[in-house]
Amino acid sequence: MFKLLKIVLQRLGLGVLVLFIISVIIAGAVELLPGDLCQELQGQSATKETVAACRKELGLDKPVYHRYFVWLGNMLKGDFGVSLANGRQISELIGDRTANTFFLAIYAAIISVPLAVALGILAALHRNSIYDRVVNIVTLSSISFPEFFVAYILIIFFSVNLGWFPSLSNITPDTPLTEKMYKAFLPALTLTLVVVAHMMRMTRASIINLLASPYIEMANLKGMTRRHIITKHALPNAWAPIVNVIVINLAYLIVGVVVVEVVFVYPGLGQLIVDSVAKRDIPVVQACCVIFAATYIILNLTADILSIITNPRLLHPR
Amino acid sequence: MTDKYESTVGQTADAVAPPPPHERRLSDAWKALKKAPLSAKIGIIVILIYVFIALFAPLLTPYGESEVVGAEFEPWGEGYLLGTDNLGRDMLTRLFYGARNTIGIAFVTTVLAFLIGGISGVLAATLGGWMDQLFSRIVDVLMAIPALIFALLLLTIFGTSIPVLVLVIAVLDSTRVYRLARAVSLNVVVMDFVEAARLRGEGMGWITLKEVLPNIMPPLVAEFGLRFCFVFLTIAALSFLGLGLQPPTADWGSMVRDNATLITYGDITPLIPAAAIALLTVAVNFVVDWFLHKTSGLRDDQ
Repeated sequence: MFKLLKIVLQRLGLGVLVLFIISVIIAGAVELLPGDLCQELQGQSATKETVAACRKELGLDKPVYHRYFVWLGNMLKGDFGVSLANGRQISELIGDRTANTFFLAIYAAIISVPLAVALGILAALHRNSIYDRVVNIVTLSSISFPEFFVAYILIIFFSVNLGWFPSLSNITPDTPLTEKMYKAFLPALTLTLVVVAHMMRMTRASIINLLASPYIEMANLKGMTRRHIITKHALPNAWAPIVNVIVINLAYLIVGVVVVEVVFVYPGLGQLIVDSVAKRDIPVVQACCVIFAATYIILNLTADILSIITNPRLLHPR
Repeated sequence: MTDKYESTVGQTADAVAPPPPHERRLSDAWKALKKAPLSAKIGIIVILIYVFIALFAPLLTPYGESEVVGAEFEPWGEGYLLGTDNLGRDMLTRLFYGARNTIGIAFVTTVLAFLIGGISGVLAATLGGWMDQLFSRIVDVLMAIPALIFALLLLTIFGTSIPVLVLVIAVLDSTRVYRLARAVSLNVVVMDFVEAARLRGEGMGWITLKEVLPNIMPPLVAEFGLRFCFVFLTIAALSFLGLGLQPPTADWGSMVRDNATLITYGDITPLIPAAAIALLTVAVNFVVDWFLHKTSGLRDDQ
């Protein structure tokens, strides 16, 4: 048990280190500009005085490390600074949007995870059957589809032709949950379709991998029933890879959300970051990046830790 | 150099001499191709059609790339086979030129990613030591952030232009290539023939190019297909978001974006470029799938 704790703590420490390095990169990326932010922002109309004034306002006259720690400290307090485009507080801009994005990602996850895992296990158990081959071709194709293609096909089908669901998911914080779920159904379905294929293929591959291991063959040769082999021998070892697959895909969902939000005009972080990139509103993009990156890293960290603590070999050390 | 020499000799002395090695390899490839499953054959044909269209776009299209030829959103019909777009440009023409721009840029980006990632990966594996550590840790950090998010950050800072786009995506994507190249070369550098070459006193260049590289080609070729798909989809997504290729360059992602209003009227024209993207990636995936299956049987236990 002690050994297990040690591995988990080591992994956590590594995660914190990565988070720190990423924050340095996100903050430091601005330094890569040939001139500096103020010159870039004002372009042709820059004069010595306006550039100097702007530098003072953004704190660019201070040394790099000073700026970084001020930025980090403020961010940990929930203060992300001010948008360059409209001068509003960034924390105000991103509050509701973050909640919306997580709502959408969780919504999609609730549909896609059970579906993908079940389909993947089925495909692995009935390997090389017609079902497996059809599923293989279908998932291979749907992985290859751009997200916006899937999204627009769903819009044409469910929104334009059948009229069942709206093509714009304009939700507000006051929208009741059932209506939110109704309006966000098509975006969630798009994400589901994109993610299920991936998750299913990975589940299938890891189960097949597992069924090929010597102890399963041994159990087979001992004449155990198929059901017994799967529940007693395969499943305890299968949790780690399956959990891994799920969490990796959740991390993917968080990113996949960007394009889908734009298609459905869903008021989330993804749309905000795209708008801000177009306007070159660097502080807002940095804030969004921090949130996306932190979520992604934390999810991957969770996957690692879960697969450590569900690994039977580590639970019963010699 | 030697390859070039051989190929000219092969063409002139064809009738008398036995075919030179590269021609034999070609006929082997042809035989393998004949035995390929239907999905791979379809994939290859689709890819060839795309390449043809991309190369000969100016000859195949009735109008210029960004020429306004009629009213906005003309329906399909005489003169404009697929109608016109939001500015009155011919859809079919834009679609063909889009093949050229979108595929061309994705291809250049993938090649660049392979040069960066492949060279550093093989070097890290053969040299080992601090260089391996340095490269690997940098890659670990770059891979800890989702590529799209990182790309968005860098595009904000450097602005959206084609060179920036190509460079940013190539660098981000080279991390995946690095991982693979390093992993497969690590298996090769411990082989006896590499040891023998070292003992013979061969230099680093010989060992990487003549001993390691030929032995890691099959997985790298398959990876090239997969990475191309990934890069292609990323660029299409960025263009769709308005952050990739900038107008008036014809490009499939932005064509979908510009004409998306038509979709709400039930017109599927804007989906044609999206379908073109999907078809090409499916085709490449089919070919890669077959190639992986053939070269290593990796498919089921990867």
